[in-house]
Amino acid sequence: MKLSSLTRPELRRRLKEEGIGLSIGPFNTNLSSSLSVVADGLEQLYGAFTLTGDADFIDFRISLNSPPGLRRWFRPQVNFSFDGFLPFKPLPQVQAFAMFEWGLNWCIANNAHQYLIIHAAVIERNGVVCILPGTPGSGKSTLCAALVCKGWRLLSDEMALVSTETGEIYPVPRPVSLKNQSINIIQQYSSGAVMGDVVMDTAKGTVSHMRPPQSSVEQSEKPGTPGLIVFPKYTAGAEPNLVPLTQANALMKVAENSFNYSVLGLQGFEVLGELVSKCACYEFSYQSLDEAKETLESLI
Amino acid sequence: MPPKSILVRFLSDSIEEELVADTRACELLLRQARSANLLSRVAVLCDEKDLTSRLPQRMQNHLQSARAVAEANHRSVKWEAKQIELALLADDIPFCLLKGGAYVVGQSVAAKGRVFSDVDILVPREFLEKTEQLLIRKGWMCTNFDSYDQRYYRTWMHELPPLQHMKRGTTLDVHHAIIPPTARIKSDIKKIWENVHKVDNYKVLYIPDNKDLILHSAVHLFCDGELENGLRDLSDLDLLLRDFSANDDFSVNDDFWAALLARSVELNLQRPLFYALRYTHALLKTPVPAKFLTVSKQGSPGILAAKGMDFLFYRALAPDHITCTDRWTGLARWMLFVRSHWLKMPPLQLAQHLARKGYKRWKKRHASV
Repeated sequence: MKLSSLTRPELRRRLKEEGIGLSIGPFNTNLSSSLSVVADGLEQLYGAFTLTGDADFIDFRISLNSPPGLRRWFRPQVNFSFDGFLPFKPLPQVQAFAMFEWGLNWCIANNAHQYLIIHAAVIERNGVVCILPGTPGSGKSTLCAALVCKGWRLLSDEMALVSTETGEIYPVPRPVSLKNQSINIIQQYSSGAVMGDVVMDTAKGTVSHMRPPQSSVEQSEKPGTPGLIVFPKYTAGAEPNLVPLTQANALMKVAENSFNYSVLGLQGFEVLGELVSKCACYEFSYQSLDEAKETLESLI
Repeated sequence: MPPKSILVRFLSDSIEEELVADTRACELLLRQARSANLLSRVAVLCDEKDLTSRLPQRMQNHLQSARAVAEANHRSVKWEAKQIELALLADDIPFCLLKGGAYVVGQSVAAKGRVFSDVDILVPREFLEKTEQLLIRKGWMCTNFDSYDQRYYRTWMHELPPLQHMKRGTTLDVHHAIIPPTARIKSDIKKIWENVHKVDNYKVLYIPDNKDLILHSAVHLFCDGELENGLRDLSDLDLLLRDFSANDDFSVNDDFWAALLARSVELNLQRPLFYALRYTHALLKTPVPAKFLTVSKQGSPGILAAKGMDFLFYRALAPDHITCTDRWTGLARWMLFVRSHWLKMPPLQLAQHLARKGYKRWKKRHASV
């Protein structure tokens, strides 16, 4: 059963009481909250996700609620709780849904070391998975959103989960996080893009999330085979320019972008070595999304 | 008394079939173990019981992840031990790893899936200042610049203010005793140094004798008041006691128990040992022979006081998780925290300390508004 099959009042009641269980890629997540921002966000962006059954094993139990005390009314705040543990300071309540997205990233990055986790957008076309690792500001999420709007499959806009056993990439196709100008750029680039609420003045500036394509969500149990690693760099006024990377350089650069390379130790090094040897690796500067799309499609 | 958690039952009984048959029981074990910092230990114990592959795939994933965390932790502590040794070798200062670090480097059973956030070392009091200088030269830095806190640690406590390594971010606690000099109970640290063991392949690194490892763990757990990791530390004690008290043919080694009790008398640590045996036996079913349980009662605070402590410790030693608390848990944890301060300092000094801390907190709050 999909989340979209719940009526509005039923979604809100469940969210408040037993929580809503969602199958999000490899992770069953139970979310509870009495805040309407969270209910709205789920309704806008998570409609295509499958609800978990009553007897299912839940990986992450998350709640988003106001802290007790006066702040319930005066400049209301929200706390992110991971099964009773609060990893973050409270945020203004309007940021509750964004906090869910950030907090779930944190849960995965800290509790899923069965994968080598790389900070990257991950997309796929014609059976070839492309990893776009990126430091903040490199434009990876924007490029990822644009390609996804034009038919590429979304595996994740935030992290590549590389199986330590098979080397395959496991998808977690969640809403794509867009910041500042990127929100308008994507809305203009594709009329099909559905955005959630726009939240201003967060730690990352103005933030909104784009709904992941239904087909990507439906394939969220199907891992993909990596074939391409591209380090994107948005550069104003640049012609698209691909610079091949040696395997050794690519390995070092991907390691820098990994959340848990050091946790996995030797295994991390081996998985990364295997990954890089299977992929063509490039640095890529671009300005126009259309040109970037053409260039990347020519590699596949 | 709050109901026995599934985590405690996992550590004390054989509940393998229940876990194989019931997905929700598995999930509950995951949640409690995660909040008690015991998930990595559960993972290792599941492997030892040949249980892992029979559990739900999702549980196996979490266990695999937790195992990786513990392995990374152990690599890191060994590296830190090497680095500390390199720093202290300059002046040939001997140092002793305590708690988690000692379990890992000494390859004790309590290293199984043990995770920790800082490294604890012990150096002789006369080398304390020199040790700090040498460590600072190698990149460890003091992170607390509050002058009162500095004085509090340096004049009253058994350790320096925590040091943090500039590049690696690891935290190091440098102790010169196992109990603050101001505390009610006195224990002669020289006697611990007399029995330490040198670690192979190191030059100035030592670990405490087995019995002292247990006694120090008991002091830390039952006098320190920070019980977020209470069940983890109790499980350490359980593993150590089971391992050291069994002969090679699995028969009970009475000599060990007698020696442990005698050592607690020598070090003046009968009280913490009494609690350690009482609660490992009651909660984790540690096989303490009845006659030694009786002997350990010489360290009891008296029947009534012991009942009161039961009320507090049964709650505070449960996992810090919503499914393991009752209405008294919060109060129990708070009272044990207050008690730890009571044990640490004489009343007048404690009153001054609390007044000072309270005033600073008040000032801070008003400064931030």
